[in-house]
Amino acid sequence: MARTTELEIVLINRVCAGEKELFYELISPYERSVYIAAFSVLQNEADAEEAAQEAFLKAFSHLSSFRRESKFSTWLIQIALNEARMKRRKDRKFLHQSMDDRIQDEEGDYMPRDFADWREIPSEALERAELRETLQQAIASLHPKYREVLVMRDIQNLNIAETAAALRISEASVKTRLLRARLQMRDALAPGYDGSWSIGERNWKKVRPW
Amino acid sequence: MSIIEISCVEVWRELSNYIDGAVDPDLRRRMEEHFKSCGHCTAVLDGMRNVVRLVGDDRVFELPAGFSDRLRQRLKEAAEG
Repeated sequence: MARTTELEIVLINRVCAGEKELFYELISPYERSVYIAAFSVLQNEADAEEAAQEAFLKAFSHLSSFRRESKFSTWLIQIALNEARMKRRKDRKFLHQSMDDRIQDEEGDYMPRDFADWREIPSEALERAELRETLQQAIASLHPKYREVLVMRDIQNLNIAETAAALRISEASVKTRLLRARLQMRDALAPGYDGSWSIGERNWKKVRPW
Repeated sequence: MSIIEISCVEVWRELSNYIDGAVDPDLRRRMEEHFKSCGHCTAVLDGMRNVVRLVGDDRVFELPAGFSDRLRQRLKEAAEG
Protein backbone atom coordinates (compact mmCIF):
# COMPACT_ATOMS: atom_id res chain seq x y z
CA MET A 1 0.00 0.00 0.00
CA ALA A 2 1.22 3.48 -0.79
CA ARG A 3 2.69 5.32 2.16
CA THR A 4 2.28 8.81 3.42
CA THR A 5 4.23 11.19 1.20
CA GLU A 6 7.40 12.92 2.41
CA LEU A 7 5.71 16.30 2.15
CA GLU A 8 2.91 15.03 4.38
CA ILE A 9 5.38 13.72 6.95
CA VAL A 10 7.13 17.09 7.03
CA LEU A 11 3.78 18.86 7.52
CA ILE A 12 2.64 16.36 10.17
CA ASN A 13 5.87 16.87 12.12
CA ARG A 14 5.56 20.64 11.90
CA VAL A 15 1.91 20.63 13.00
CA CYS A 16 2.78 18.33 15.91
CA ALA A 17 5.63 20.67 16.83
CA GLY A 18 3.17 23.55 17.17
CA GLU A 19 2.59 25.07 13.71
CA LYS A 20 -1.11 24.30 13.94
CA GLU A 21 -2.06 26.62 11.10
CA LEU A 22 -0.37 24.19 8.66
CA PHE A 23 -2.96 21.50 9.38
CA TYR A 24 -5.36 22.79 6.74
CA GLU A 25 -2.62 22.60 4.11
CA LEU A 26 -2.04 18.99 5.14
CA ILE A 27 -5.67 17.91 4.86
CA SER A 28 -6.99 20.13 2.05
CA PRO A 29 -6.27 17.56 -0.72
CA TYR A 30 -8.59 15.14 1.15
CA GLU A 31 -11.61 17.34 1.88
CA ARG A 32 -13.66 15.68 -0.81
CA SER A 33 -12.54 12.12 0.08
CA VAL A 34 -13.44 12.57 3.72
CA TYR A 35 -16.78 14.17 2.89
CA ILE A 36 -17.67 11.40 0.44
CA ALA A 37 -16.69 8.72 2.95
CA ALA A 38 -19.09 10.28 5.47
CA PHE A 39 -21.73 10.68 2.77
CA SER A 40 -21.46 7.00 1.85
CA VAL A 41 -22.68 6.15 5.33
CA LEU A 42 -25.13 8.98 6.04
CA GLN A 43 -26.58 9.75 2.61
CA ASN A 44 -27.37 13.39 3.19
CA GLU A 45 -25.30 16.54 2.79
CA ALA A 46 -25.80 18.19 6.14
CA ASP A 47 -25.03 15.09 8.22
CA ALA A 48 -22.10 14.15 5.99
CA GLU A 49 -20.60 17.63 6.32
CA GLU A 50 -20.95 17.57 10.09
CA ALA A 51 -19.36 14.11 10.37
CA ALA A 52 -16.57 15.11 7.96
CA GLN A 53 -15.78 18.24 9.95
CA GLU A 54 -15.81 16.30 13.21
CA ALA A 55 -13.43 13.81 11.57
CA PHE A 56 -10.99 16.57 10.63
CA LEU A 57 -11.12 18.01 14.15
CA LYS A 58 -10.47 14.55 15.57
CA ALA A 59 -7.58 14.04 13.17
CA PHE A 60 -6.20 17.40 14.27
CA SER A 61 -6.32 16.56 17.97
CA HIS A 62 -4.97 13.01 17.45
CA LEU A 63 -2.37 13.78 14.81
CA SER A 64 0.53 12.75 17.06
CA SER A 65 -0.92 9.21 17.23
CA PHE A 66 -0.86 8.81 13.42
CA ARG A 67 1.49 5.98 12.48
CA ARG A 68 3.76 7.26 9.72
CA GLU A 69 4.02 3.88 7.97
CA SER A 70 0.33 3.88 7.03
CA LYS A 71 -1.27 6.08 4.40
CA PHE A 72 -2.46 9.43 5.68
CA SER A 73 -5.54 9.59 3.42
CA THR A 74 -6.65 6.10 4.53
CA TRP A 75 -6.30 7.16 8.16
CA LEU A 76 -8.48 10.22 7.53
CA ILE A 77 -11.09 8.11 5.73
CA GLN A 78 -11.16 5.61 8.61
CA ILE A 79 -11.83 8.43 11.06
CA ALA A 80 -14.56 9.83 8.81
CA LEU A 81 -16.27 6.44 8.50
CA ASN A 82 -16.07 6.04 12.24
CA GLU A 83 -17.59 9.46 12.92
CA ALA A 84 -20.33 8.83 10.37
CA ARG A 85 -21.18 5.43 11.83
CA MET A 86 -21.32 6.83 15.35
CA LYS A 87 -23.64 9.52 14.10
CA ARG A 88 -25.80 6.95 12.36
CA ARG A 89 -26.03 4.87 15.51
CA LYS A 90 -26.99 7.86 17.64
CA ASP A 91 -29.55 9.28 15.27
CA ARG A 92 -32.95 7.61 15.35
CA LYS A 93 -33.64 8.38 11.73
CA PHE A 94 -30.94 5.90 10.76
CA LEU A 95 -32.21 3.15 13.06
CA HIS A 96 -33.43 0.87 10.28
CA GLN A 97 -30.08 1.15 8.48
CA SER A 98 -28.02 0.17 11.49
CA MET A 99 -30.12 -2.95 11.78
CA ASP A 100 -29.48 -3.75 8.14
CA ASP A 101 -25.77 -3.66 8.74
CA ARG A 102 -25.93 -6.92 10.64
CA ILE A 103 -26.89 -8.84 7.53
CA GLN A 104 -24.11 -11.20 6.54
CA ASP A 105 -22.56 -11.23 3.09
CA GLU A 106 -25.07 -12.89 0.86
CA GLU A 107 -24.06 -16.26 -0.44
CA GLY A 108 -24.72 -17.37 -3.97
CA ASP A 109 -24.67 -15.64 -7.29
CA TYR A 110 -26.37 -12.41 -8.19
CA MET A 111 -28.34 -12.71 -11.39
CA PRO A 112 -28.38 -9.65 -13.63
CA ARG A 113 -31.99 -8.49 -13.94
CA ASP A 114 -31.94 -8.28 -17.69
CA PHE A 115 -29.50 -8.47 -20.54
CA ALA A 116 -30.58 -5.59 -22.67
CA ASP A 117 -27.79 -3.84 -24.44
CA TRP A 118 -26.62 -0.63 -22.81
CA ARG A 119 -24.60 1.64 -25.01
CA GLU A 120 -22.26 4.16 -23.54
CA ILE A 121 -23.71 7.26 -21.89
CA PRO A 122 -21.51 10.15 -23.04
CA SER A 123 -19.62 11.88 -20.21
CA GLU A 124 -21.05 15.26 -21.18
CA ALA A 125 -24.44 13.93 -20.07
CA LEU A 126 -23.11 14.41 -16.53
CA GLU A 127 -23.57 18.13 -17.07
CA ARG A 128 -27.26 17.37 -16.64
CA ALA A 129 -28.34 17.46 -13.00
CA GLU A 130 -30.86 14.77 -13.83
CA LEU A 131 -28.19 12.18 -14.57
CA ARG A 132 -26.16 13.12 -11.49
CA GLU A 133 -29.26 12.74 -9.32
CA THR A 134 -30.10 9.40 -10.91
CA LEU A 135 -26.60 8.14 -10.16
CA GLN A 136 -26.80 9.40 -6.57
CA GLN A 137 -30.16 7.71 -6.09
CA ALA A 138 -28.84 4.46 -7.52
CA ILE A 139 -25.89 4.60 -5.10
CA ALA A 140 -28.25 5.43 -2.22
CA SER A 141 -30.40 2.42 -3.10
CA LEU A 142 -27.54 -0.01 -2.41
CA HIS A 143 -27.28 -1.75 0.95
CA PRO A 144 -24.75 0.19 3.09
CA LYS A 145 -22.14 -2.55 3.01
CA TYR A 146 -22.18 -2.63 -0.80
CA ARG A 147 -22.45 1.13 -1.09
CA GLU A 148 -19.43 1.77 1.11
CA VAL A 149 -17.23 -0.54 -0.97
CA LEU A 150 -18.42 0.99 -4.25
CA VAL A 151 -17.78 4.49 -2.93
CA MET A 152 -14.25 3.68 -1.74
CA ARG A 153 -13.28 1.78 -4.87
CA ASP A 154 -15.07 3.51 -7.74
CA ILE A 155 -15.61 7.04 -6.44
CA GLN A 156 -12.57 7.50 -4.22
CA ASN A 157 -10.46 5.34 -6.53
CA LEU A 158 -8.83 3.45 -3.68
CA ASN A 159 -7.37 0.10 -4.71
CA ILE A 160 -8.63 -3.20 -3.27
CA ALA A 161 -6.07 -3.25 -0.42
CA GLU A 162 -6.74 0.39 0.52
CA THR A 163 -10.50 -0.19 0.44
CA ALA A 164 -10.07 -3.20 2.73
CA ALA A 165 -7.94 -1.14 5.12
CA ALA A 166 -10.33 1.83 5.15
CA LEU A 167 -13.39 -0.34 5.82
CA ARG A 168 -11.52 -2.82 8.05
CA ILE A 169 -12.74 -5.83 6.06
CA SER A 170 -10.84 -8.51 4.12
CA GLU A 171 -9.78 -8.05 0.50
CA ALA A 172 -11.93 -11.06 -0.40
CA SER A 173 -14.98 -9.29 1.09
CA VAL A 174 -14.13 -6.13 -0.85
CA LYS A 175 -14.12 -8.09 -4.11
CA THR A 176 -17.36 -9.95 -3.35
CA ARG A 177 -19.19 -6.79 -2.30
CA LEU A 178 -17.79 -4.75 -5.18
CA LEU A 179 -19.06 -7.26 -7.72
CA ARG A 180 -22.51 -7.20 -6.13
CA ALA A 181 -22.51 -3.40 -5.91
CA ARG A 182 -21.53 -2.94 -9.54
CA LEU A 183 -24.09 -5.47 -10.79
CA GLN A 184 -26.84 -3.84 -8.73
CA MET A 185 -25.81 -0.40 -9.98
CA ARG A 186 -26.07 -1.63 -13.55
CA ASP A 187 -29.52 -3.02 -12.84
CA ALA A 188 -30.59 0.21 -11.15
CA LEU A 189 -29.40 2.38 -14.02
CA ALA A 190 -30.22 0.28 -17.06
CA PRO A 191 -31.81 1.06 -19.40
CA GLY A 192 -30.25 4.48 -19.51
CA TYR A 193 -30.86 7.16 -16.97
CA ASP A 194 -34.26 8.36 -18.09
CA GLY A 195 -35.80 5.09 -19.11
CA SER A 196 -34.27 5.37 -22.53
CA TRP A 197 -31.73 3.40 -24.42
CA SER A 198 -28.95 5.16 -26.15
CA ILE A 199 -28.97 4.40 -29.85
CA GLY A 200 -25.85 6.22 -30.88
CA GLU A 201 -24.04 9.33 -29.77
CA ARG A 202 -26.88 11.71 -29.02
CA ASN A 203 -30.07 9.86 -29.67
CA TRP A 204 -32.22 8.45 -26.95
CA LYS A 205 -35.06 6.19 -27.74
CA LYS A 206 -37.83 5.37 -25.32
CA VAL A 207 -38.28 1.65 -25.49
CA ARG A 208 -40.27 0.94 -22.40
CA PRO A 209 -42.64 2.79 -20.13
CA TRP A 210 -40.72 3.34 -16.91
CA MET B 1 -4.63 -24.73 -28.26
CA SER B 2 -8.28 -25.11 -27.40
CA ILE B 3 -9.85 -22.94 -24.75
CA ILE B 4 -12.01 -24.53 -22.08
CA GLU B 5 -15.44 -22.97 -22.22
CA ILE B 6 -16.82 -21.03 -19.33
CA SER B 7 -20.48 -20.52 -18.31
CA CYS B 8 -22.35 -17.22 -17.98
CA VAL B 9 -22.57 -17.62 -14.19
CA GLU B 10 -18.82 -18.08 -13.98
CA VAL B 11 -18.33 -14.98 -16.14
CA TRP B 12 -20.58 -12.84 -13.89
CA ARG B 13 -18.63 -13.92 -10.81
CA GLU B 14 -15.45 -12.54 -12.32
CA LEU B 15 -16.81 -9.50 -14.17
CA SER B 16 -15.75 -7.00 -11.57
CA ASN B 17 -12.24 -8.48 -11.33
CA TYR B 18 -12.09 -8.54 -15.14
CA ILE B 19 -12.87 -4.82 -15.34
CA ASP B 20 -10.18 -4.17 -12.73
CA GLY B 21 -7.66 -6.21 -14.75
CA ALA B 22 -7.38 -8.64 -11.85
CA VAL B 23 -8.01 -12.01 -13.51
CA ASP B 24 -5.20 -14.30 -14.57
CA PRO B 25 -4.34 -14.51 -18.30
CA ASP B 26 -5.94 -17.93 -18.75
CA LEU B 27 -9.27 -16.86 -17.28
CA ARG B 28 -9.13 -13.58 -19.21
CA ARG B 29 -8.75 -15.54 -22.48
CA ARG B 30 -11.68 -17.76 -21.60
CA MET B 31 -13.85 -14.78 -20.70
CA GLU B 32 -12.94 -12.94 -23.90
CA GLU B 33 -13.81 -16.04 -25.89
CA HIS B 34 -17.17 -16.18 -24.08
CA PHE B 35 -17.94 -12.50 -24.79
CA LYS B 36 -17.43 -13.13 -28.51
CA SER B 37 -20.39 -15.47 -28.61
CA CYS B 38 -22.55 -14.25 -25.70
CA GLY B 39 -24.49 -11.02 -26.20
CA HIS B 40 -25.98 -11.19 -22.70
CA CYS B 41 -22.66 -11.23 -20.89
CA THR B 42 -21.27 -8.56 -23.22
CA ALA B 43 -24.27 -6.35 -22.38
CA VAL B 44 -23.70 -6.83 -18.65
CA LEU B 45 -19.98 -6.12 -19.09
CA ASP B 46 -20.66 -2.92 -21.07
CA GLY B 47 -23.22 -1.78 -18.53
CA MET B 48 -20.87 -2.39 -15.63
CA ARG B 49 -18.06 -0.52 -17.37
CA ASN B 50 -20.47 2.34 -17.95
CA VAL B 51 -21.38 2.40 -14.24
CA VAL B 52 -17.74 2.46 -13.14
CA ARG B 53 -16.90 5.25 -15.55
CA LEU B 54 -19.90 7.39 -14.62
CA VAL B 55 -19.75 7.09 -10.83
CA GLY B 56 -16.02 7.83 -10.94
CA ASP B 57 -16.64 11.25 -12.44
CA ASP B 58 -15.95 14.10 -10.01
CA ARG B 59 -19.18 15.82 -11.00
CA VAL B 60 -21.38 13.17 -9.37
CA PHE B 61 -20.48 14.17 -5.82
CA GLU B 62 -19.37 17.68 -5.08
CA LEU B 63 -18.50 19.30 -1.78
CA PRO B 64 -21.37 21.43 -0.44
CA ALA B 65 -20.87 25.14 -1.17
CA GLY B 66 -18.87 26.82 1.59
CA PHE B 67 -17.57 23.52 3.01
CA SER B 68 -13.92 24.58 2.94
CA ASP B 69 -14.59 27.97 4.52
CA ARG B 70 -16.58 26.44 7.36
CA LEU B 71 -13.91 23.79 7.90
CA ARG B 72 -11.11 26.36 7.98
CA GLN B 73 -13.05 28.41 10.50
CA ARG B 74 -13.60 25.41 12.80
CA LEU B 75 -9.95 24.39 12.56
CA LYS B 76 -8.90 27.94 13.35
CA GLU B 77 -11.09 27.94 16.45
CA ALA B 78 -9.71 24.54 17.50
CA ALA B 79 -6.12 25.71 17.01
CA GLU B 80 -6.72 28.82 19.08
CA GLY B 81 -8.79 27.10 21.75
